[in-house]
Amino acid sequence: MRKKDRQVPVFIINRLFQAIGVILVMSVLVFVGLYLIGDPTSMLVSPEATEIERQALRKALGLDQSIWVQYLTFLGNAVHGDFGRSFLTGQPALQLIVERMPATVELVVVAMTFSVVVGVPLGILAGLRPKAPSSKAIMTGSILGFSLPNFWIGLMLIMLFAVYLGILPASARGETVNVGPVALSILTLDGWRHLALPALTLGLAKAALIIRVTRAATREVLPMDYIKFARAKGLRPSRILNVHLLKNILIPIVTVAGLEFGQAIAFAVVTESVFSWPGMGKLLIDSIITLDRPVVVAYLVMMVFFLVILNLVIDILYMAIDPSAREKVRD
Amino acid sequence: MSTPVTVSPTADVEESPFRRFLVQFRENRLAMAGLILMILLAIPAVAAPWIAPQNPYDIGSLDILDSQMPPGSVADVSGITYWLGTDSQARDVLSAVLYGMRTSLLVAFLSVTVSLLIGSTVGLCAAYFGGWLDALLMRIVDIQLSFPAILVALVMLSVLGQGLDKVIIALIVVQWAYFARTVRGTALVERNREYVLAARCLSLGWRRIIARHLLPNCLPPLIVIATIDLANAIALEATLSFLGVGVPVTQPSLGMLIANGFEFMLSGQYWISFFPGIALALAIVGINLVGDHLRDILNPRNAQ
Repeated sequence: MRKKDRQVPVFIINRLFQAIGVILVMSVLVFVGLYLIGDPTSMLVSPEATEIERQALRKALGLDQSIWVQYLTFLGNAVHGDFGRSFLTGQPALQLIVERMPATVELVVVAMTFSVVVGVPLGILAGLRPKAPSSKAIMTGSILGFSLPNFWIGLMLIMLFAVYLGILPASARGETVNVGPVALSILTLDGWRHLALPALTLGLAKAALIIRVTRAATREVLPMDYIKFARAKGLRPSRILNVHLLKNILIPIVTVAGLEFGQAIAFAVVTESVFSWPGMGKLLIDSIITLDRPVVVAYLVMMVFFLVILNLVIDILYMAIDPSAREKVRD
Repeated sequence: MSTPVTVSPTADVEESPFRRFLVQFRENRLAMAGLILMILLAIPAVAAPWIAPQNPYDIGSLDILDSQMPPGSVADVSGITYWLGTDSQARDVLSAVLYGMRTSLLVAFLSVTVSLLIGSTVGLCAAYFGGWLDALLMRIVDIQLSFPAILVALVMLSVLGQGLDKVIIALIVVQWAYFARTVRGTALVERNREYVLAARCLSLGWRRIIARHLLPNCLPPLIVIATIDLANAIALEATLSFLGVGVPVTQPSLGMLIANGFEFMLSGQYWISFFPGIALALAIVGINLVGDHLRDILNPRNAQ
């Protein structure tokens, strides 16, 4: 027992060091990689500018230093939350991203909630009666949901609801209400109307995945002795479902939903571009196309940081809920 | 493999798994429909330069007066019928879809083939040699797979720039890790089977054991992953091109065609985006139907 107890902190510390390593390696890759693309000064000065003006600009942006000096300066500043200023607007890159963050987080939270609320019941249904036609329809539908590209689903929804039926707007964010410094759409009716299509686009693909995970977990749990025993005791089917089954399929669902949250933030890049949703994903695409290097680097480093932390938290949570995972760590 | 085998019973035993596979595959009507769909889309795409009514990238053959015509319109000058309408530059949408499908399939097929080669080499070596090599390779795979594919591809493309070859490279970087992980998992089990031990006892070289003994027995899951990955590659390439960081304007894929028509869709000219979109969806769905059924057949757990 003692040995096992010591294993867990060692595992966490190991993963923590690994996480820091990954963040450092990725920051080097991202920075060195993006250093190689284009000369941003050519976009910032007018074509008539003299060579001296260009040099002055390069100096002002720190582009005249060697790449390693630039990286170390970047790293030192990044630790203090300073990722440099956008080449286009002159605002701090981090501030630009943080301003756009609430819109993205709001979209992803609504989409994920939708996917769990729809996906779990459908998944259980398909798992309880795997041979029924309704289950086969659910499973075929879920193949469509996660194999069709996100932007395609968005396009079809726009075509149906915005162009053909004309009942929902196809772009922008609508009316927002400020809660402290954060603007939220979910507090106004107009906000919800604008949120509906992007959230559905993002949520359908995730729901498809949740359905498959829930079904697989349900089918694994159903033949277990404790379910059989509960049945033999004469418990009501609804109680078996809500207590015995649901509790035991929760672990894989929570794990997958957590991991998918990170994926959804990344895939919001696509959804936001389709719907002109003013989140940080749209900012990333715009910045890639305009070669606004500080914003791209800041976004990527922040995403890497976020994803690494998310994975770490899920791993630790997983170990806390599931004792058998703790056993596996030792192997 | 033309060694004269005279003993027929062994030949029968060797042939039966494949025949059984064919019979099993034909049983599922949905999967057969998927296969037929795949073939129906692939043949015209490959043959596009010879069968398309128009070369949509030959500026000389475009008549700008014919731009944005609805499906079924007839050209004033040349008299050809635009069955699926024309886009803003007077390109025949049907021809553009055929050429676009060609580009999409080319990118997907090349990237999956190369990722499969790299991934299975890495996976087989990791499983066969084990030790620090295995630990190192799988750590790299784990780290890469913890990042969303779209982000990895976006980073690659913002570093490499635009171009057909660059998209293929980005897709390879995204995909090889899936193959490596799958092959390693299967190869780890197969490595300890008697036939591998026997091959080792005969002191065959490691290259021969991996290529001739281990690889053939890891093929079933590899085929499944490759099939489904083909659909994923088509979808990812379409997404990147839709976002404007994928294929160049001169060689548009389905994704770029959809993006080009996007602005016209809101004003009711649905056909410029819609038909490339349908072609894209049919291709992805067809491949997935086949892949999903292959998984059911080739998974030893389900076969029992």
